[in-house]
Amino acid sequence: MTLAPFKIVSKRVDDPEAVGLQGYLATGGYQALKRAVLDLTPEAIRDQVMQASLLGRGGAGFEAGRKWSMLKKSDVRYLVINGDESEPATFKDHMLVERDPHQLVEGALIAGYAIGAARIFIFLRGEFALGLERVQAAINEAYEYGAIGRNIFGSDFSIDLVLHPGAGAYICGEETALLESLEGKRGFPRIKPPYFPAVIGLYGQPTIVNNVETVSNLPWIVMNGGGEFSELGVGRSRGTRLFALSGDVIRPGNYELEMVKNTFRDLIFDPEMGGGLAPGRQVKAVIPGGVSAPWLGPDQLDVLLGQDEVAAVGSMLGSGSIIVMDDSTCMVRAAWRIAKFFARESCGQCTPCREGGSWIEKVMRRIETGSGREEDLDLLMDLCDNIVPGVSWPPQQTTICVLGPSIPSSVATAIRMFRDEFLLHIKEGGCPYE
Amino acid sequence: MNDSDATVKLVVDGHEIQAKPGEMIIAAAEKAGVLIPRFCYHPRLEPVGVCRMCLVEVKGPRGFSLQPACYLPVAEGMEVVTNSDKAKKAQDGVLEYLLANHPLDCPVCDKGGECPLQDQTFVYGPGESRFVEEKRHYPKPIPISKLVYLDRERCIQCDRCTRFADDVAGEALINFIGRGGSIQVNTFPDKPFSSYFSGNTVQICPVGALTATPYRFKARPWDLEQVESTCVGCSVGCQIVVQSSENELVRYLGLDSEAVNHSWLCDKGRFGFESVNSSDRLGTPTIRNGTAAKEASWTEAMAKLAEPLNRARKRPESIAIIGGAHLANEDLYVWSKLAKSIFGTDSVDAQLGDGLDPRLLTRTNRATIADAVGAEVLVLLSGDIREELPVLFLRLREAAISSGLKIVELTHAATSLTPNAAASIVVSPGQVEATVRSLVEQSGQEPSDPSIAVAKAIIAGADPNRIVVLAGRMNQAGSSLDQERAIATLIDAKPGSKLLSGLRRANVNGAIDMGFVPGHLPGRCALTEGSKELIDAWKQVPTQIGRSTPEILAAAANGEIDVLFLIGADPISDAPDPELSERALAKVGTVVSVETLPNASTRFASIILPAAAFTERMGSTTNVESRISLLGQKLVSFGLSRPEWMIAVEIAAAIGEDLGFESMHDVWRELSVVSPLHRGLSLQALGSPGTREGVLVPVRRSRVSIASNRSLDPVATPGIISVEHSGPPSSSGTGRGSDAYPGIEANASAVESVDSRISGDLLDLLATPNEVAPIGSGDLVPVLRRRLFDGGTMLVRSKNLTELAPAPRVTVGGSTAASMGFAAGSKVTLSNGTSELPDLELVVDRGVADGVVVVDLDGESGLTRRVIQGENLRLTIKLESV
Amino acid sequence: MARFTPDMETRALAVIELYPERRSATIPLCHLAQEQDGYLTREAMEQISELVGITPAEVLGTASFYDMLHTEPVGKYLVGVCTNIACLLKGGEELLEHAEQALGVAPGGTTDDGMFTLEEMECIAHCDKAPAVQVNYRFFGPLGDESFDSLVEELRGGALDAVVPPHGTLSRVHRTSGIAVPLAEIIEARRSGDLLEAERARAKAEAEGAGGNQL
Ligand SMILES: Cc1cc2nc3c(=O)[nH]c(=O)nc-3n(C[C@H](O)[C@H](O)[C@H](O)COP(=O)(O)O)c2cc1C
Ligand code: SF4
Ligand code: FES
Repeated sequence: MTLAPFKIVSKRVDDPEAVGLQGYLATGGYQALKRAVLDLTPEAIRDQVMQASLLGRGGAGFEAGRKWSMLKKSDVRYLVINGDESEPATFKDHMLVERDPHQLVEGALIAGYAIGAARIFIFLRGEFALGLERVQAAINEAYEYGAIGRNIFGSDFSIDLVLHPGAGAYICGEETALLESLEGKRGFPRIKPPYFPAVIGLYGQPTIVNNVETVSNLPWIVMNGGGEFSELGVGRSRGTRLFALSGDVIRPGNYELEMVKNTFRDLIFDPEMGGGLAPGRQVKAVIPGGVSAPWLGPDQLDVLLGQDEVAAVGSMLGSGSIIVMDDSTCMVRAAWRIAKFFARESCGQCTPCREGGSWIEKVMRRIETGSGREEDLDLLMDLCDNIVPGVSWPPQQTTICVLGPSIPSSVATAIRMFRDEFLLHIKEGGCPYE
Repeated sequence: MNDSDATVKLVVDGHEIQAKPGEMIIAAAEKAGVLIPRFCYHPRLEPVGVCRMCLVEVKGPRGFSLQPACYLPVAEGMEVVTNSDKAKKAQDGVLEYLLANHPLDCPVCDKGGECPLQDQTFVYGPGESRFVEEKRHYPKPIPISKLVYLDRERCIQCDRCTRFADDVAGEALINFIGRGGSIQVNTFPDKPFSSYFSGNTVQICPVGALTATPYRFKARPWDLEQVESTCVGCSVGCQIVVQSSENELVRYLGLDSEAVNHSWLCDKGRFGFESVNSSDRLGTPTIRNGTAAKEASWTEAMAKLAEPLNRARKRPESIAIIGGAHLANEDLYVWSKLAKSIFGTDSVDAQLGDGLDPRLLTRTNRATIADAVGAEVLVLLSGDIREELPVLFLRLREAAISSGLKIVELTHAATSLTPNAAASIVVSPGQVEATVRSLVEQSGQEPSDPSIAVAKAIIAGADPNRIVVLAGRMNQAGSSLDQERAIATLIDAKPGSKLLSGLRRANVNGAIDMGFVPGHLPGRCALTEGSKELIDAWKQVPTQIGRSTPEILAAAANGEIDVLFLIGADPISDAPDPELSERALAKVGTVVSVETLPNASTRFASIILPAAAFTERMGSTTNVESRISLLGQKLVSFGLSRPEWMIAVEIAAAIGEDLGFESMHDVWRELSVVSPLHRGLSLQALGSPGTREGVLVPVRRSRVSIASNRSLDPVATPGIISVEHSGPPSSSGTGRGSDAYPGIEANASAVESVDSRISGDLLDLLATPNEVAPIGSGDLVPVLRRRLFDGGTMLVRSKNLTELAPAPRVTVGGSTAASMGFAAGSKVTLSNGTSELPDLELVVDRGVADGVVVVDLDGESGLTRRVIQGENLRLTIKLESV
Repeated sequence: MARFTPDMETRALAVIELYPERRSATIPLCHLAQEQDGYLTREAMEQISELVGITPAEVLGTASFYDMLHTEPVGKYLVGVCTNIACLLKGGEELLEHAEQALGVAPGGTTDDGMFTLEEMECIAHCDKAPAVQVNYRFFGPLGDESFDSLVEELRGGALDAVVPPHGTLSRVHRTSGIAVPLAEIIEARRSGDLLEAERARAKAEAEGAGGNQL
């Protein structure tokens, strides 16, 4: 019902001046880093972040403070910022890197200081050409300004920061695939256990991977304290968060909201947010956290936008992107498109993901284009079952990473929620929406 | 080192089993008799867990979940269920997925009949595929090298071949290309998978995606007959399965021997069997009178031989024998006895001037391969191991990368192990002893050469008992004395260190042990050290030390040799001075050639006696580490050919002597009594299941019930699991070869007798170095280097390998090239003042010392030997074109 | 042209210096090669393999994994129409169909004049402007049939030259600020046994030791 009382990560995005160092400094930039390296110990910062209950904003929603505390002791550790943002309908990091690059750089430096990193890499999605330009410019300015490099702001702290461009592969958002890619290899996720990056990461060294939005919160937390941050939100979900709203709404866009204060309905219909649907249209389904998440129905719009709250109804908040589908949408086509995405983006290592994903896509295509058979629905569910035993949520995994287990989410919920629509396609030999 | 005996207990399908800590569930279960299905897992490759076929239920804190058995190590108290409905459903699901895009062209697929995908599909039997979509299509098989074809439609993306190429061979020439459903294995365009080890990828491919040119469409698995054997391509002694179809060899497979080859083979070994099938094989005794050659019966041939031989016996030193490095141990013993006790000559040499002083091997502590890979420091004083002992290279490379073996290399040019060496010292010919001296001497002076400084520190810091010297031939040109003195210097300076033989010819190490070199008797004894039993059996032994191969040839050229036996030897192509060899052979009255295939020297033979090839006869061979293992017989011998030991018996009979052998059992009965090295052994003992990996001699331990570990990966060749598993349950000792055998008695006095000959003053045995003439300006000192595919006899007769021999090239260092103004890729002529070798490609390699030119040794053509002859060691290079 | 020009090679060497291990520069160098030649030529891949110390097959294996790296020639403009879920809901597929007709090529194809290569994109993170299009990684949207046509017109006529960068996603970086990090200082620091020298040296030693000590 309300926007956040104040903005934390998106406060500068409408100020074109803030892209440059001068504009950034004029709006309080680098104060936090100064305070951090001159007045605070790394432990103190880690405590603040722990207090803040800053959940990772990349999708998995793991607490940043806890992740940091799992970092293995070692002389060489790395910090890697995940800016690969390729989860369909997620576009918050895109905005942050283009419109407030210094905040990202400052946040990364604070995190690097807090965990004692030897070097920081920002892995940015390769397609973000403007983002690459702006972040590199910010890095250059920050070196010049003394915020990166030797003896930052006259302190004992020295660090380098390298911007690394991706090259177009969704799977590289997965943190271990990202590390492989950063090492110059194919983006094959690493098999676990036991290789959590915090134990064995980049070049075999303990590594923290944090999302762009996650670290963009850090300057504010250092300036205002973790306690202040956790004043906002409820339970595990604290602070604010960027929700990327897209699909069949009047005002798609990124909205920074206090956690657990608004429902899906608020976000979709509030005139200051989504502004509702086109006249006469009804919500048919909502995808709550990127296309890896199972769909919600119109009866679930009053769920609060919080990590545990969405999990409680059998889906996830994920990357915080919310896709609204109105009643003019063909559910078979929507689910097929998502299946096609996964089939294209599977890295290809695991049999269930590589073969299962493309098989499912082919069957979905057949149904949508008019050659579906009644037994296809059982076949689809069984193929899903072979990737995620029991087609359960949260998914049980037969693969190395969770891309595989994400494949069934859309297909299985679409079949469960809209079975009649599938049958209609099969009976009529084509898509009734065309 | 006791933790290797520690075990953990876990429950698999309701039965408690024991496993080693760190072992993966899949391996532990397999040993307990539960075969979990798998495709990507290979016991000798790092697991990747990608195919997901091995999913089983494992109980964790939150109950049972599906886990890849190939990727999860065992843990105490772990509960694993491999056959529950849930596990089966997961496995069946994966299988169905794999089949979705698989072409199912089994009737025309080489793998048909031994394909785990096919086998498991029968078990699972989905009947009709639920996959009605269009399958993935690629153009049918494409050659990715001269030896390997790739059918991408059949590939199941298990990552085995690519992991092998990258991790084991260190040559990432094939890789996954693309992503997701369109992922394929391939090479870079126009950069073929030309690896010495490419055949291994064919063996480990679980489907018919990779096939070997020599085997394609040759046979069906159910028609194959097979026998375990030992590869004789070189002296590593890789354990193999020899397969034939209709009395023709069709395939070799590498057996997984923990001690030796870890299931790998090199392509020369794997495909060299084609020479046995060659149409050039010698099948009938031949007698030559002048230029007229006529086929003869064995009786005629023996009659023809008896007369000159009887004449020559009056002057034993006029009889000489060259060759024998390719013979079986039994042949060597019998020929040794024939020469030394019947003929009375000691001029017998299995080395062709390309080896080392045999005393380096008979008077030192010998190392095993396990010693070498488990050493702290391995000092290489040898040629490029990848070129000469390929599978040993794989073992050493792995040890350097993953178990901390520090390799210190002395070399004339960068080798394949240079990238993995802790220190690589480039020395010029003639400087090896001096360099070694600077490594081991105590002087406080810091060496100026940084690589020497590093090496010196490494050697000084190492436990001498954990230093192994790999001794081969660094340079095929010129005298080996400097290098031999270097080896001796190092070993003398580090008491307790061991020597691993780097002599590369198939059974040259066995030949030395059988006394088939000058100055020796069987069992590493000198002529004066023969046991009482030996004297009893042999009646007489020569008292004069005989001639080595170069000396025999020189004497022959002087008219001092009347009867010369060439046993599997071609001195014209193979000995250091081809022109001397030609003169010598032309001069000898009776040259007797005992051969399987004709070669340049058989032209000079007045009597040619056809020998049975390996795979056509039983016997045993001895590898670099003194491991005796069996040769299997799979074929009936070609034509009238016979094993060499029988030929020796016949020759003795022809001159009215009786060697006393009617079977190989007889040979062993005598050998195991007269030779302290072989005491207590017999053919039966060698063939018993507990010694399938061979026996290290002398036998130092006995009756420890570690059975040897020889097996085939069930995914590579599922059809032959049953054969290979018929022995006692195998242990999977990691890194430790077993040197103890059930049923064989160690004999303390025999061991003592062998060890007592190990001298602490090796250097004293060797001659003092010659004066080295100073090098004229513009002259280059040659280093003649062996290549694996060298155009030798075996290679030339193996039709799929012939083409692989590269043209010989010359390599110089950067500053040499610069000072002469030569660019890499130029065509040059090599000259020694009298002869010239034109049209050679010039390679520039920073790892070559100044003033040195490295020339690749070629085989049958013997061209490079003609320019780099004997001791004539000053070369110039002329530029032809850039 | 295929191998790096001297100027490009200098840039390539600088990029390699940014990383503790050379291989990490593989993808950035592929971007550089595309900046120079439009796509990854064989010669470029071979040169990259030499520069970063891996085999050409490994460079190809890496490059072929990524959508942005092309091993076949492409047009001057890569036109990518997103049809993923947010754009699908707003007519992305219809826009792609229109684009195919307007340009006369199917996705993956290049116009005869070598101006345009059409691609069907997965989500390009421009969903609030759906249906969205990217041209050489410059984003446009929402686009209808007409606005697509006029975009193509403008590109053809060169009206957008100042806005739409040429190939190679790093070209923008190069053309604006470059990588102005004090490389010389970084390299020097690394050499002089400073913090970053420790990275390479200890990386190895550390990999051997175990022990999961916490911070
Ligand atoms: C298939 C897949 C794609 C992912 N994509 C992204 C992404 O684009 N950006 C991101 O920050 N995290 C992504 N993640 C999550 C990362 O693995 C990782 O959890 C995250 O970067 C950690 O940062 P955080 O703790 O700050 O959220 C992805 C995960 C998976 C399995
Ligand atoms: S689940 Fe899919 S994307 Fe993830 S590692 Fe396996 S094959 Fe790759
Ligand atoms: S995943 Fe275990 S054998 Fe392939």
